[in-house]
This record gives sequence, C-alpha cells and structure tokens, in this order.
Amino acid sequence: MLEVFTKLADVITYDALSLARENKLADAVHFFIEDTTKIFFLLAVMIYAIGFGRSYVSPEKVRLWLTGKTRFTGYVLAALLGAVTPFCSCSSVPLFIAFLSAGIPLGVTMAFLITSPLVNEVAVVLLGGALGLTFTIAYVTIGIVLGILGGFVTDAFKLDRWVEPYVWNIKMPSPATVDEASGWKWRERYARGEVIDIIKRVWLYVLIGVGLGAGLHGYVPKEWFLANAGADNPFAVPLAALAGIPLYANAAGIIPVAEVLLNKGVPIGTILAFIMSIVAISLPEMFILRKVLKPQMLVFFAGFLFVSFVGVGYLFNFIF
Amino acid sequence: MDIIVLGKGCSRCEATIQLIEREAAKSGVPINIKKITDEVEIIQHGVMTTPAVIIDGKIVHSGGVPSAQAVSTWLK
Repeated sequence: MLEVFTKLADVITYDALSLARENKLADAVHFFIEDTTKIFFLLAVMIYAIGFGRSYVSPEKVRLWLTGKTRFTGYVLAALLGAVTPFCSCSSVPLFIAFLSAGIPLGVTMAFLITSPLVNEVAVVLLGGALGLTFTIAYVTIGIVLGILGGFVTDAFKLDRWVEPYVWNIKMPSPATVDEASGWKWRERYARGEVIDIIKRVWLYVLIGVGLGAGLHGYVPKEWFLANAGADNPFAVPLAALAGIPLYANAAGIIPVAEVLLNKGVPIGTILAFIMSIVAISLPEMFILRKVLKPQMLVFFAGFLFVSFVGVGYLFNFIF
Repeated sequence: MDIIVLGKGCSRCEATIQLIEREAAKSGVPINIKKITDEVEIIQHGVMTTPAVIIDGKIVHSGGVPSAQAVSTWLK
C-alpha cells in the first residue's frame, strides 16, 4: 500500500524535475519526497486511529489502576500502561509524586517512567513505516520488558533511599476527574487534537531527519558504513548507544536516518541501540527528575538504560 | 474571573495561557491569570497532568492544551 509514495516520488523526481536516474542528486531527492509524504500520511492516519484508543487511558486512571496491586502485577501493568498512556514530559514530576503518594512502589513507578517515553506513538508508527512490522513488534516488546526489569531492579536494590526525602511526606488530594473527558464527540476531538498537536511538534524534526537521511542515502557510500559501523566492529553497539545520549531528538527525526543506516548495511541491533538511546535517555528529562530523585538515582537510571540498550543491540545483531 | 494555569514552563503551558488570554479578549471578559509552576504545589491542587486549568477553585481541564471552544465555554 505504501508503494504509492514510491510512485509519487518517481513521478516528481524523474518526470516533473526531469532528473536522470542513477544519479546521486536524484537518489537524494527521490528519498526526500518519498519519505516526507509517507511519514506525514502515516502520522496523520495512524495517530488519529490511535488517538481514539488513547482517549480511554490517562495518567490519572493509571494511578488508580496501579494502586494496591502486588509488586509483580504492578511492574507488568505499569510497563504495559506506560506503552499506551500519553503524557507530556513536563508532567513527569507531578506524576511521579502522585504515584508514590498513592502508595505505588518506586519500582512500579519507574517501570511506567521507563516504558512510557520509549514506546510512544510517533516511534511506533514511523518504525512500522521504515523498518517493517517485525522490528516494530520487537521494539515495543523490548520497551515493555525493560520497564518491567528496571522496576524490578529498582525495588530489589531498595532504591527508595535515592528519592528526595521530602517527596514521601507530600499528601495529594484525590485527583479531580474532569467532566469534559467522555463521549464520542469528545473522543473524536481528542484524536483530531492529537494529530494536529503531534504534527505541529514533529514536522521540523521529520524534515531535518529525512533531509539528513536523503543526504546519507545519496552521497555516503555503503562501504563507509560497513567499515565504520558494520557487523565486524565490536564497539559499534556501545558507541551507538553512547552517541545517542547527548543527541536529544524526537523519534520523528531519527527514524528516517535509521532507515537509511539499515539499507546501507548497518546491523539492526546497532540501529536499535542508537534509536532507543536517543529516545529514552535525554538530559533535559534528567534535569526535570532531579527535583525528586537524588543524583545517584539518575546515574543508576541512565546507567541501567545504557547497559540494557547495549545488551539489546548485541542480542539483535546476534539473532539477525 | 480568577484563572489558575498549572504547569512547569513547557510550550503547551504557554500555549494554554495565550489561548485563554486570546479568548478572553475576544469575549471581553476581564480575567486574572495566575501561574503555578512548582510541582509540589501542582500536586497539592490535585493535579497530576499539566497543563491544567482551575477556574474559581474548580479544575476544568488537565493534561494538554484545551480547545478554543472549551475555553470560551469556561469564560461564560
């Protein structure tokens, strides 16, 4: 079904712009047209559909569902809900305090905070379009498993001591339910609002990402990638995960680049380590969480994710 | 009308404030907007997702930028 975008790019590149085939510029232009049209189409259609589903969950409901659950059920449920519940990163701290004040264990709260940014609708939709269904399912599964594992490890090491002490004393009145949030009309408006909001937020990342991808696609030869980031380089995976930490980009900007890397022969594990590190480990997010977590906890949090992404990278390079 | 917008300086919080100011100017309703950015204070208002809006002591919205239509109904 997505071939229509290849055909569209064919028509524009070779007919309308009359660029010669098998030419570097034509390759880059073709890639840019095909990917931008495909990505904006997928985002609009899929986010609208996903928006209806997501209108049924909210962090307030998640808090309610997680309250009073056993630890193990809690980790699994928190990671699963983290995968589907939308929240703005500026809500991280209120959400964190609200979970703990409801008696939800720290590990369960961390499970939610790990999976939620990792498995987000933009990443899932774009991965589906760029790398195919298998790797998308793999990505989502990894995101959920890492959340469960991270939550388990947090409680196993009794990391409660690394939460700022004042947090435990905060009492939160039961969250207010807002009247507007129900009914079909509201859900439709919510889904439409999501599409507009997300496209407004990511369009520039998409253009930059696809532009970068188009340049790599047209002008950097395959041999270069194979020599530097190919399967023979044992350090490619940790380097990819490390490179992803300071790069704070939206999934929308990085996945078009990842698609090119895959086509140029960079192994999938190396690519996944890179994407996950960019999406999940962000310095601004760490600064925000510093308000409630001691520096040791932030180091542990980032370290856990880094080690996990390297592990996932090697595992996938080994399997595929 | 006393309006409180809760949220820590993200672009959505700013967008919410601007939207309310625009709608109020349009309908000519005098408003007084107060910002709450401290997370602990936000929580103590019973809000866990921001931006959120409180009007005359009642939470009317939480999580995300409200629609212009919703804002104009609050102002009535």
